[in-house]
Amino acid sequence: MAEPQTLPGANGKRYLLGRLFIWTLLLAAAVLYLGPIYVVLSTSLKDLAEIRAGALLDLPHELNFTAWREAWSSACIGVRCEGLRPYFLNSVIMSVPSVVISTLIGALSGYALSLFRFRGANIIFALMLFGCFIPFQIVILPMAQTLGFLGIANSITGLIVVHTIYGISFTTLFFRNYYVSVPQELVRAATMDGAGFFRIFWHIMLPLSVPIIVVSVIWQFTQVWNEFLFGASFTSGGAQPVTVALNNLINSTTSVKQYNVDMAAALIAAAPTLVVYIIAGRFFVRGLTAGAVKG
Amino acid sequence: MSNPQQRKQMSVLDRLQRYLPQLVVGPPFLLIVFFVYGFIAWTGFISLTNSRMLPTFDFQGIQQYVRLLAMDRWNVAFHNLLIFGSLYILFSITIGCVLAVLLDQRIRAEGALRTIYLYPMAISFIVTGTAWKWILNPSLGIESYMQQLGWESFQFDWIVNRDMAIYVVVLAAVWQASGFVMALFLSALRTVDEDIIRAAHLDGASTTRIYFGIILPSLRPVFLSAFVILAHLSIKSFDLVVALTNGGPGYSSTLPANFMYEMAFRRNQIGLGAASAMMMLATVAAIIVPYLYSELRAKHHG
Repeated sequence: MAEPQTLPGANGKRYLLGRLFIWTLLLAAAVLYLGPIYVVLSTSLKDLAEIRAGALLDLPHELNFTAWREAWSSACIGVRCEGLRPYFLNSVIMSVPSVVISTLIGALSGYALSLFRFRGANIIFALMLFGCFIPFQIVILPMAQTLGFLGIANSITGLIVVHTIYGISFTTLFFRNYYVSVPQELVRAATMDGAGFFRIFWHIMLPLSVPIIVVSVIWQFTQVWNEFLFGASFTSGGAQPVTVALNNLINSTTSVKQYNVDMAAALIAAAPTLVVYIIAGRFFVRGLTAGAVKG
Repeated sequence: MSNPQQRKQMSVLDRLQRYLPQLVVGPPFLLIVFFVYGFIAWTGFISLTNSRMLPTFDFQGIQQYVRLLAMDRWNVAFHNLLIFGSLYILFSITIGCVLAVLLDQRIRAEGALRTIYLYPMAISFIVTGTAWKWILNPSLGIESYMQQLGWESFQFDWIVNRDMAIYVVVLAAVWQASGFVMALFLSALRTVDEDIIRAAHLDGASTTRIYFGIILPSLRPVFLSAFVILAHLSIKSFDLVVALTNGGPGYSSTLPANFMYEMAFRRNQIGLGAASAMMMLATVAAIIVPYLYSELRAKHHG
C-alpha cells in the first residue's frame, strides 16, 4: 500500500478520524487475542481460595509459583505423580529427531523434484502433496498394526517414525517450491563447470536455503510438539508426549480440581512453541507465504 | 573414449548421474506411497469387513457404511462438522481479512500487533481447549465474573448446553486460526502493485472503493488458499473438541474425527471406525483434489 500521506484525499481531520478508527479496532482485537493467555497466566499464579472467589480478570494478590512447581514435578497424571516433566522430556526427545530427519529428507527430495524435470516428477509431487492434506484418522489403524509389527508400539521411537514420515510431504513441498524460484542460470553454470547433483546441492543450494530451513524447522516443530492424535493413539503411560499428559491431567477425575495447576501445566506445554514463534515468527510468515501458499 | 570397455563404464556412470534425481526422490516417495496410499487402501478394505476388536479380512460389503449412516451419533457428528466448518471458515477469513487490511495502513506497531494476532497458532489445540474451557466454565469464568460485577441475569453457559456446545468449539477455533489467515492476507497485500493504487487515488477513488474494487478482487488466490487450508483443518479437527468439551454434553459436540477415535479405540468397532475415516477422507478429497489439480495445471502452463 502506498504511503497514505502522499496520496491526495488523505488530509486533515478525515485522516485523523480514520486513524483513530483503525487503532481502536486493532487494539480491541489485540485485547481479545491476549485475553485468554492473560487469564490462564493470572489463574496459574493464584491460590485455590482466590480462584473460587471468582474474580476471573483480576490480577493475583501475590506472585505464587506453587502451582507451577506442582505442575512441573509433582502433579498426578494417571497413577504417576511426577508432574509434566517426564512427558515434557518425551516431547523433546520426540521432536528433535523427527524435525531434523524430515527436514533433511524434504530438502533432498524437494531439490531433486525442483531442478531435474524428469518424466513423472509432477505426478510424484502431486501424490506427495496430497499427503499433506489427508485426515490422519485414515492411517491410524494400519499404523497401530505396523508399529506393533515393528516392535515400536507404545514408544517414543514409534512416534518419531510416524512424525518423520508424515512430515516428509510438508518439508518436500516447502523445499521444492523454494528451489523452483532459485535462478536456473546458477545451476546451469555449475553444471557447465562439471559439478554433479550432490555438489550443486551442497555448495549452491544449501547456502541459499537458510530461510526455508527456518520455515521447515518451525513448522515441523510446532506440528510435532502440538500433535495429539498420534500420541493418544499409539502411546500410553510413561511414553506419552506432553499434549496427551496435559489432557489427562486436565480431565482427571480427582475430587478437588486444582485449576491453578491445570493452567500452569497448560502454559508449560505451550511454552516451547510460543518461544519459537515470538523469536522467529517473522521469518516463518515471510517464508511460509513465499513457499507454501503459492502452491 | 578409446576402447569399448571404457565407453561402457562411462555410460553406466553417466546413467547413474542422470538418474540420481529419481534415485533421491525414490525412497521418500515410496515411503509416502506405502504409508499414505497403502494405508488408505488398508483402511478402505477394513471398512468393508466386520472387524471389531481386531482387524479381520472377511469381506462383508458395504454394511458398515449402512450402519454408519443410520447412527444418530454419526449424523450428529457430521451435522456438527457442517456447522463448525462453515462458521469456522467464514469467521476466520472475515476477521483475518479485516485485520490484514487494517494492519496494511502503515501502522507503527505492526510487528508487535502481528505477533499478538498470530501467537494462538503456535499453541496446541489441547492448550487452547484447556484455556477456553476455563474461561467458559459457568461457575468460575466469564458468566460468574459478569454476575459478580452486578449483571445478575448474565448467562453464558454454552459449554454445558447441548444445543450450543458446538459454537464454543467454533469460538476457540476462530480465535486460534484468524491470526494465521491475517498473515496470509497481509503478505499478499504487500505484493499488490502500488502504481495501480496510486492511479486510482488520482482518479479520486476513496480508499474503501480501492479496496473493494481493486485490491480484494486481486487477492482471489489467497481467499482460495485460506478456504482450502481451513476446510481441511476443520475436517481433521479432533483435539480441540477433546480438550474443550470432550464431545459433550452427551455427544452433542462430537465431530467425525472424534467419532472415529471413539469407535476405533474405545468401543472395539474397528470396521465402523474405518468406514467413518473413509467418509472423512472422501470429504477432504472432494475439496483438495480439484484444488491441487487446478494449481498444478496452472503451474504447468504458466
